[in-house]
Amino acid sequence: MTDMTEPATLTKKDFETNQDVRWCPGCGDYAVLAQVQKLMPTLGIPRENFAFISGIGCSSRFPYYMETYGMHSIHGRAPAVASGLKLARPELSVWVVTGDGDALAIGGNHFIHAMRRNIGLKIILLNNRIYGLTKGQYSPTSQLGMKTKTTPQGSIDRPFSPVAVALGAGATFVARTVDSDLAHMAQVLRRAAEHEGTAFVEVYQNCIVFNDGAYDAITDKAVRDDARLLLEHGKPLLYGKGRDKGIRLRGLEPEAVTVGEDGVTEADLVVHDEAADHSGLAFFLSQFDAPKLPVPLGVFRAVSAPAYEDMNNQLHADAEARRGRGDLAGLFNSGDTWTID
Amino acid sequence: MSVSAGTAEVEAKRAGNGRAPRRPVEELDSVVIRFVGDSGDGMQLTGNEFSKAIAKAGHDFATHPDYPSEIRAPTGTLFGVSGYQIQFASRQVFTSGDAPDVLVAMNPAALKTNLADVKHGGIIIANGGAFTDNNLAKAGYKSNPLEDGSLGGYRLYRIDISDLTAHALKDAGLSKKDVGRCKNYYALGLMLSLYSRPLEREEEDIRRKFARKPEIAGANVLALRAGYAYADATEMFITAYRVRSADIRPGTYRSLTGNHAAALGFVAASELSGVPLFLGSYPITPATDILHELSALKHFNVTTFQAEDEIAGICSAIGAAYGGVLGMTTTSGPGMALKTEALGLAVMLELPLVIVNVQRGGPSTGLPTKIEQSDLLQAVYGRNGECPIPVIASSSPADCFDCAIEAFRLAVKYMTPVILLSDGGIGNAAEPWRIPDPASLPKLEVKFRTDAEGFQAYARDANLARAWVRPGTPGMEHRIGGLEKDFLTGNISHDPDNHQRMVEVRAAKVAGIAGDIPPLRVEGPEKGDLLIVGWGSTYGSIVQAREQAAAEGYSVAHVHLRHLNPFPQDLGDLLKRYRTVLVPEMNLGQLSRLLRERYLREVVPLNKVQGKPFKVSEIHDRIVELM
Ligand code: SF4
Repeated sequence: MTDMTEPATLTKKDFETNQDVRWCPGCGDYAVLAQVQKLMPTLGIPRENFAFISGIGCSSRFPYYMETYGMHSIHGRAPAVASGLKLARPELSVWVVTGDGDALAIGGNHFIHAMRRNIGLKIILLNNRIYGLTKGQYSPTSQLGMKTKTTPQGSIDRPFSPVAVALGAGATFVARTVDSDLAHMAQVLRRAAEHEGTAFVEVYQNCIVFNDGAYDAITDKAVRDDARLLLEHGKPLLYGKGRDKGIRLRGLEPEAVTVGEDGVTEADLVVHDEAADHSGLAFFLSQFDAPKLPVPLGVFRAVSAPAYEDMNNQLHADAEARRGRGDLAGLFNSGDTWTID
Repeated sequence: MSVSAGTAEVEAKRAGNGRAPRRPVEELDSVVIRFVGDSGDGMQLTGNEFSKAIAKAGHDFATHPDYPSEIRAPTGTLFGVSGYQIQFASRQVFTSGDAPDVLVAMNPAALKTNLADVKHGGIIIANGGAFTDNNLAKAGYKSNPLEDGSLGGYRLYRIDISDLTAHALKDAGLSKKDVGRCKNYYALGLMLSLYSRPLEREEEDIRRKFARKPEIAGANVLALRAGYAYADATEMFITAYRVRSADIRPGTYRSLTGNHAAALGFVAASELSGVPLFLGSYPITPATDILHELSALKHFNVTTFQAEDEIAGICSAIGAAYGGVLGMTTTSGPGMALKTEALGLAVMLELPLVIVNVQRGGPSTGLPTKIEQSDLLQAVYGRNGECPIPVIASSSPADCFDCAIEAFRLAVKYMTPVILLSDGGIGNAAEPWRIPDPASLPKLEVKFRTDAEGFQAYARDANLARAWVRPGTPGMEHRIGGLEKDFLTGNISHDPDNHQRMVEVRAAKVAGIAGDIPPLRVEGPEKGDLLIVGWGSTYGSIVQAREQAAAEGYSVAHVHLRHLNPFPQDLGDLLKRYRTVLVPEMNLGQLSRLLRERYLREVVPLNKVQGKPFKVSEIHDRIVELM
């Protein structure tokens, strides 16, 4: 514990706890923790107004390492716990740290309903496409055919994309970043922090022990530029080392093309619009996967919509305006009463 | 439930039972229903059919038909109203009853002319579709009583009987007029379902009656079944036993169901403590009305959150409690099962939380609309690990108010989740509630720790409760969670001795609540032949059975437990003062087990699991057998 500090003077160190971090050496979680700790003091929010809520899994140890208020709850339920906290205390900055099993398997229901409500939670999903804490079983994002302890012959479960799930549930802010690109992660996390309503960030996170190299194609500096697509609002979908590759539409199908070849110009490419009312473009992008198409990173969707907690506050204000602040005697004596002498 | 005082005639009729002649006895196990509508609505027929069904089920009944003078008075008018009243009971019935418990009103005129007779808190089933502007005007209503809140003192079921009948018969190929005539069978179906009477005999009767018009017979059967199914699907409850006290305390009263009373109690807890209330809940019969009631009270400091499932209901409440408000969740048996893991979390977090289980018949989906008390062991024990949670139970609808406040008193004082057990009988039954002066209610003191100096998240006070700290308090940032934690700091700890210490201190904290329970109130002799130990909604039946036995000269006492975990400190001594202990429960003996285990005292269980409350006679007979 440190003394009361003005937000302006906070540093990353103020957000570090004295607890030993228990992730495996080399785990991608470290990078995310560091970026979050770096981001916090820059948000102009007093440290005591942050709360980090998690469920169960490697990622869910996160709150123990943040010198803020926090709760390590039960498997999959962090969005529900956090929703109650946010509704009770809308002035707090409430963050949920979760994983692919926690958010999408056991906690799928809470995850989608947080998105649907647009409640002011910042949800960071550390997606390593494997169960780490239970030592290596496949997860809802593991690739088809993946061999794990529970799929010795290869997985027959079709994975889904957390970004697509979030979009399908009506999320107003959806982004993806990757643990090894610190600058990109910092940028995306800041955008999430500043969003009103639910902000969802998927972080591709390398599990060095059970699924090492899952994201090599998009993190390896030698090849990544051809395998990933950095989304920029209002800009054409361009990628590649020479920024000469792009995505154009063929009917409703995406097609990877090379600018300058076969008469293709930049004007033929799809232009990213994260603020589109319709989440169609964002969903379209969420389906891109290597090797056929580059993997998009960045903000898929960022639209403004009323936050749930604000609407809830409004309900209270309206009720009070209409009926006056409730008083117990009035409440008790309402309805049909009779008196016995 | 109507009251019918015994008479000399009762004594005469009962004298042949081989026991000493009894003094006149009051019993409450009867129901008075009045069907009212236009004379063309077939109310007499409906009433007659219903009486027959009731008679066939072995009930005694008495009726009172009330026709208008005209055979077919103009529809919708006050003087055209026709009524039929029936009282039925599991004992002898001598009148059709004074005030109806249930009024089935087919139009506004029928409601208007009969409402004054209906008991406070009674059920009104109104044919909503007939409450048109035209009919309202004919009856002299300025606004629609189904919508303007004037029926707040009743349990109103607005059912569009005309529309629903028409809908059920849309493929029957009948004229509009013939379809309209079938609605009395729809109403009958509703009532048969409400009182758990089988349909088969009624269907046979219809087919016999309309043997020459098979298409009409078929349509009436369809309407009957539709009404029956509707009542099932909307899960209506009937009120069971209620206790009438001979001397009613002066005061202002209103009629409240247990769920409504609980809601008021929770709002009171919030107002008395000055701490906002948060309810996270998922709809489930028969608990949902608490969510309904609190949802309508946003002009208090009340937030309701209809969560995506039972688990989110309790987890959101835990999050809210962590945020420093009075967190609570409401559910019934199957939902309770789903909340189990989160209950364990709440025990580990040592945050105040109230969980209401309005019990119903189990296991699994069981009997959703029927009453049972079979979740007691679940409440006391049903979690992984050593996971003690205080458990209290309300004994009547009005008692839910006091229990709601008591639940939060314990929760905040001891920083613990508290389970409040009610049941479908209590939750949906109404009884008069003597309206308290808010100033007379117990103060509910809540202290948030704000002093960062020397703060340790799991340091405890004399009650073994840790401090409640609101996030947002500077200098006290800390993490809590479901992993075992250090005795003082709350940091994760896997130390063997620390775990033992924590398990023991959590148990000791809950056990210590025994010292905070007021002395037990015993009805009847302080020692003697028999003590009846009850809990929950068996209260009314036990009280009456005991009074009856006492009046017959038997030495019988009754204690009704509100606190079931831990037990009151004086319970052990009390149990020793009687030769026999009888424990009536609507389960297979769950309290009996707890008593035996805790006090090594043999008890006599009296168990009933029929989805129905005890009859007074069932308990009375057992008392006499044990003498
Ligand atoms: S198991 Fe994998 S995800 Fe878990 S801490 Fe180790 S490296 Fe990280």
